[in-house]
Amino acid sequence: MFDYYANPARFMKLSGVLLPWVSGLTVILFAVGLYWGLFIAPADYQQGETVRIMFIHVPAAWMATFVYGYIAFASAVSLIFKHPLADVAAKSAAPIGAAFAFLALMTGMIWGKPMWGAWWVWDARLTSVLVLFLLYMGYMALWQMIEEPIQAGRAAAILGLVGAINIPIIKFSVDWWNTLHQPASIVKGGGPAIHSSILVPLLIMIGAYMVLFTALILAAMRAEILRRRVRNMRLAQAEGGYHG
Amino acid sequence: MNSFWAILRRDIRLAMRQGGGGGMAVGFFLIVVSILPLGVGPDLNLLARIAPGLLWVALLLSVLLSLDRIFHADYEDGTLDLLATGPLSLTLVVIAKMLAHWITTGLPLVIAAPVLGVLLNLDTQAFLPLMLTMLAGTPALNFLGAIGAALTLGVRRGGLLISLLVLPLYVPVLIFGVGAVNAVLVGPSPFGSPFMILLAITLVSAVISPIAAAAAIRLNLD
Amino acid sequence: MRLVAENLECVRGGRRVFSSLSFTCAAGEGLLLTGPNGSGKSSLLRLIAGLVQMRSGRLGLEGGDDERSIGQHTHYAGHLDALKTALTAYENLEFWAALYGGDPDAALEGFNLSHLSDIPAGFLSAGQKRRLGLARLFLGQRPLWLLDEPSVSLDTASREILGAIMKAHMAAGGLLIAATHVTLGVEFSRELKLGGRAA
Repeated sequence: MFDYYANPARFMKLSGVLLPWVSGLTVILFAVGLYWGLFIAPADYQQGETVRIMFIHVPAAWMATFVYGYIAFASAVSLIFKHPLADVAAKSAAPIGAAFAFLALMTGMIWGKPMWGAWWVWDARLTSVLVLFLLYMGYMALWQMIEEPIQAGRAAAILGLVGAINIPIIKFSVDWWNTLHQPASIVKGGGPAIHSSILVPLLIMIGAYMVLFTALILAAMRAEILRRRVRNMRLAQAEGGYHG
Repeated sequence: MNSFWAILRRDIRLAMRQGGGGGMAVGFFLIVVSILPLGVGPDLNLLARIAPGLLWVALLLSVLLSLDRIFHADYEDGTLDLLATGPLSLTLVVIAKMLAHWITTGLPLVIAAPVLGVLLNLDTQAFLPLMLTMLAGTPALNFLGAIGAALTLGVRRGGLLISLLVLPLYVPVLIFGVGAVNAVLVGPSPFGSPFMILLAITLVSAVISPIAAAAAIRLNLD
Repeated sequence: MRLVAENLECVRGGRRVFSSLSFTCAAGEGLLLTGPNGSGKSSLLRLIAGLVQMRSGRLGLEGGDDERSIGQHTHYAGHLDALKTALTAYENLEFWAALYGGDPDAALEGFNLSHLSDIPAGFLSAGQKRRLGLARLFLGQRPLWLLDEPSVSLDTASREILGAIMKAHMAAGGLLIAATHVTLGVEFSRELKLGGRAA
């Protein structure tokens, strides 16, 4: 089955059908989740209305990690089965994951200002996301610097897997470093005793982000496949074998 | 195994004869450490407090600077082509070359570190822990760096790209290296636990990086 | 021993260099690769050595050592001489002798380089470097020789030596595949024309 859908032409057809539906679902879920989170959910007794930014921040941070896992999976598929579509999937995901990480960093800063009185605090989670963002930057730079797509794909797959092995170690080290320097004082979202009035809209928001990622990755992969087709046509044209 | 030692010996001999390698990294280490107090001020107490961190960051940058030497010369003059068709598997070739690179650049940096510690008013009881952590951590820096160096072989002017790829991977080594030194100076954790974790990171990178770097070299010969 | 290639396809940089390429080369035979620039002679040699991956096809060395790759049966001499300029001529060959086996002194002697053995390779002329690189052919017993324009920058005397050792290699039951513009007096058993692409 994997092979069947891994055919680029078939992927184009299938994704073309799916994309509008997924996009529509994204809009609906975001509308529900944001309304619930920003207007219905109760304000925090300590943090007040500020806590509402959590509904944007937490899923974004979570997605940034998830997308790297997705890239690692696609990298493994690419190295084992040598299928170009896996490369396309990994490459297309990187800017999306980086954007989620960036969003998490920005909302974290906006959240941090009233909380700690500073735009940036070297908090464990923010620092981890920052390092993750840097990993994305390196991964994307490698794709950009190697011109030939197949070779770039293989190099990026190796880097993606090495990065994925390192992410838990980095996370662990940053947490250790953080407890060493400042005992954790404020638990941001995701604590053990989270009330259902917050949990439900948070889950909806996570769902919304997941569907958003699906929509974006489908669109990005379609664009990348078309870009490769254009590249191949140009190559053929340069060789004089294509009269288009 | 004969071939393994031959590669190791040749790389060390080349590094000694051409200069550049270890000497350049140590020189860079010295410059960074000398320039930092000019930036943060000459307050000896402040310098003593941040010395472990400064020394480790400077070490990281010095290792980074030397990375493109591991494979690049052999890639450019065709030696890697022949090593890839040689009697030794490419993974072992990579291990020999990484080891030689560590001996010629990592080790001199570790030896230079206490001297530079004096410049930063590092507490005397921290000298031994500093050298121990650097001895345990520099191999990890070389191994992880070798992956970046191998991936960027075919990239023109890959030096900057290596930094971008490799520095995030250095974060755990930095944290536990500095952590172990600081444990001796200020506590609260004992020296042993971060040091053990540092050793574990070095071992993990010693397993991953020859495989990843060999695969990266193969694709760059293609 | 016999090298068998069936339907080799090679794609580099998104460009199909060659496809459905089949040939054999048996012990004692020499295969001459010809074709215009960019027709894939170098790519084919690198592919046989295992440096370039084939997109599809099959390549086997019958009678070879199964424990080793085809590349490990080859002496590959490409465009680059793989010399270290900081090492002397002798030290360069000494290193490769540790990998391939053989005697570096005899290898130097073979290409009339003995008088230069203590000179760093960086001081050698292009032709001398070429000879030093080719002197590796004297090291170790590798049945399959892959030579990519080996005669470039060689003078007449050195070309004669090269031709002689190529003939000796074939006479001893070795396999030879070479891309070269000058035949060097070698009787190639077959010629493989590359680049017969129908636009």
